[in-house]
Amino acid sequence: MTQPLLSLSALTKAYPGVVANSDVSLSIAPGEVHALLGENGAGKSTLVKMIYGLVKPDSGHMQMNGKPFTPSEPSAARTAGVGMVFQHFSLFDAMSVAENIALGMENAPKLSALSARISAVSEAYGLPLSPDRIVGDLSAGERQRVEIIRCLLQEPKLLIMDEPTSVLTPQEVEILFKTLRKLSAEGTAILYISHKLEEIRTLCDSATILRLGKVVGECTPRETTAREMAELMVGKLLQTPTRAGQAAGDVVLRLKTLSAPAPNAFGMALKDISLELRAGEVLGIGGVAGNGQDELLSALSGERPVARGMVELKGEDIGPLGPTARRKLGLLTAPEERMGHAAAPDMSLTENAMLTASLREGLDKGGFLDWPAAARFAQSVIDRFDVRTPGTHVAARALSGGNLQKFVIGREVMQRPEVFVVNQPTWGVDASAAAAIRQALLDLAQNGAALIVISQDLDELMEISDRFAALNEGRLSDPRPAQGITVEEIGLMMGGAHGMEVAHV
Amino acid sequence: MIAFEKRPEPSRAFALATPLLAVLATMVFGGLLFALLGKDPLEAIRTIFWEPLFGEFAFFYRPQLLIKGAPLVLIAIGLSLGFKAGIWNIGAEGQYIMGALFGAGAGLAFYPTESVFIFPLMVLAGALGGWIWAMIPAVLKVKFGTNEILVSLMLVYVAEQFLASMSLGLLKNPEGFGFPGSRNLQQYASAHNAELITGTGMHWGVVAAFIAVIFGYVLLARHRLGFAIRVTGDAPRAAAFSGVNPARLVLFCLGMSGLLAGLAGVFEVAGPAGQVTIDFNVGYGFTAIIVAFLGRLHPLGIMLAGGLMALTYIGGDIAQSKLGLPAAAIQVFQGMLLFFLLAFDLFTNYRLRFGRVEVA
Repeated sequence: MTQPLLSLSALTKAYPGVVANSDVSLSIAPGEVHALLGENGAGKSTLVKMIYGLVKPDSGHMQMNGKPFTPSEPSAARTAGVGMVFQHFSLFDAMSVAENIALGMENAPKLSALSARISAVSEAYGLPLSPDRIVGDLSAGERQRVEIIRCLLQEPKLLIMDEPTSVLTPQEVEILFKTLRKLSAEGTAILYISHKLEEIRTLCDSATILRLGKVVGECTPRETTAREMAELMVGKLLQTPTRAGQAAGDVVLRLKTLSAPAPNAFGMALKDISLELRAGEVLGIGGVAGNGQDELLSALSGERPVARGMVELKGEDIGPLGPTARRKLGLLTAPEERMGHAAAPDMSLTENAMLTASLREGLDKGGFLDWPAAARFAQSVIDRFDVRTPGTHVAARALSGGNLQKFVIGREVMQRPEVFVVNQPTWGVDASAAAAIRQALLDLAQNGAALIVISQDLDELMEISDRFAALNEGRLSDPRPAQGITVEEIGLMMGGAHGMEVAHV
Repeated sequence: MIAFEKRPEPSRAFALATPLLAVLATMVFGGLLFALLGKDPLEAIRTIFWEPLFGEFAFFYRPQLLIKGAPLVLIAIGLSLGFKAGIWNIGAEGQYIMGALFGAGAGLAFYPTESVFIFPLMVLAGALGGWIWAMIPAVLKVKFGTNEILVSLMLVYVAEQFLASMSLGLLKNPEGFGFPGSRNLQQYASAHNAELITGTGMHWGVVAAFIAVIFGYVLLARHRLGFAIRVTGDAPRAAAFSGVNPARLVLFCLGMSGLLAGLAGVFEVAGPAGQVTIDFNVGYGFTAIIVAFLGRLHPLGIMLAGGLMALTYIGGDIAQSKLGLPAAAIQVFQGMLLFFLLAFDLFTNYRLRFGRVEVA
């Protein structure tokens, strides 16, 4: 066997109160596509941050090509041949592709020379991208290519990719995988972080599974079932949410050619969205991030009221009404961003319960607030949704993402909504919490509420939706029954490959 | 390596200790400053903090505490509402002047008629004057998205010009032998904001300040509007999501702070100051910003901070006359207070971490 490109042995990193990585070892051979698998909070990010020089391990050591490897900062890691594509892009919307790439380079060549190199690399790897385009105009998939090309220009020996497909359509994923396979064939090793098991099974040669900071298993993904890997990852048997099928009731929410201008230069305008939502039904709305999901939610929540006649709730025109009036009528929402949008980070859970529940839970008595009642309501949310927290006095920001999400969803669900709209209900939430949240959503529908679930997780949507539609460039496709729909069809509804056919070399 | 690390939760202990630590640090570094100026630092600190309360002439200085503290507290309570919501009214000084002009104008319009209705009318006029002056930046912000910091601040200088014009023109005392300044309201019984109990310094403005403290406390702790203010300050998007109308909040917070500053102005002009003069305003509107922060934007804190600030004013005056400290040194001393307050405030949300040696 050849010498490994990178080997980690017994890496440990602790933060105050939590051991992020404990005694983690793994090795990657040149050209190998190695999956790093684990739930949120399993320590994947900390591990790759150590490799990329962002975090220093407390103990243990790393070797690159048999020599000790101790990157003190990312530039040292880059020099040693490590490139990384982050899940969240660090790009400036107002600048061109070439300018963005130049900003990240230590000795940036002239812009014209750089543009030529960008074009060359993008053609060689089947990643079409014009260096002169403004990043703000690019789709999420195209932005990711900017990040990938930025790495490839450094000719890395190891490319780390953090959840790269979470923002891509199925067709875009195919293009990405072709690129990655080509890189691998040329001898570039790839460390691929994901929790999407099917992807890992098609792409990766080997996998290391982390749970609670420890390596709990290694496997060859092609020879292991997705279920086995999932159970290694979670450490227990997974429960699939269940629901009894039922006939849909009356139409409760009707959108009629809902249109709204973009909230800012890089937002998305909503264009002619029409749909009917019946009691007891779950409508799943998929789509690549940035195609109008946030805008649709704020048009429904009332944060950005729309014109008269565009939104009808139980036959009543609520277009111009604000959030409070809509809540009163039974339309509740939960936005994607928990911290700072669905919840105020520095405020206690009691105060955050008051935030949206004051009206429907009778916590507001003629303008004066009943704090003891709010604390009781917060406590009941905590109890019913198994929110792990010392108490209702704790600030929202002290909760982990999954716990806060359970609290935020629970807060709305327990107010007995008639229509509930939720954006990314399980984003960044561990698998068991995600299953609990999905079950709560299904129970809500079971009890006669109508739900719109906006998500980028197609598996999730297929699991809970009765009908499926996709947002693309602010337009909503016609909803279709979710049963029997294929991944190709979904991809086409999501806007095909965004005109992203593989560049012809 | 020393690094700041965000606390998972704000530290309550530090939130309470910050003002005390800031006062202590101000004493230490202020003392150092006085020592460099060639004065005995202990004597100077003692003069500032001790003399007004327990010195030989305390009977004279103690009422002054209320007289100087009341307008500071009244204005700071109003400012704190906006500051909590991230709405920055920096122009309370101007609103204070306009309150005084409106109030004095309303009173003098009836001179020399005597009636019990004149003083209440002046109070209303003063509140209206301050409110109008604050609504200018408020409406401009809501309608055109202008920056309330700049607009409210610039309006201070406009108000100062009004003050000059009024004391030299419209409100000038016709029997004043040509001297600038209005009639003395202390000599116009119906308009005089006299001491309620002689020798205590207690006038209607002090009463209003205490009422404002209670009002502010109830509003912030128990009322929906106060909650809306707090949420907006913490997370504006969460506030919008919960149904807070940001434009209405801007109008309320700026309007309320202008109104209270206007009240402070009219109580001052009809009481301790007595007349409209060119140099009527002495910076209460700006100092109240320090008071609001020193009191941690909490009504009870503001009450204590107003007292402390008044103390440094009076003590500073004594130190100037007794020890010959320059006025600028006293101002630096007061500035230190805000500086240290903000510096120590960091520790409410962050803690220091001394990095251990990293293992490679």
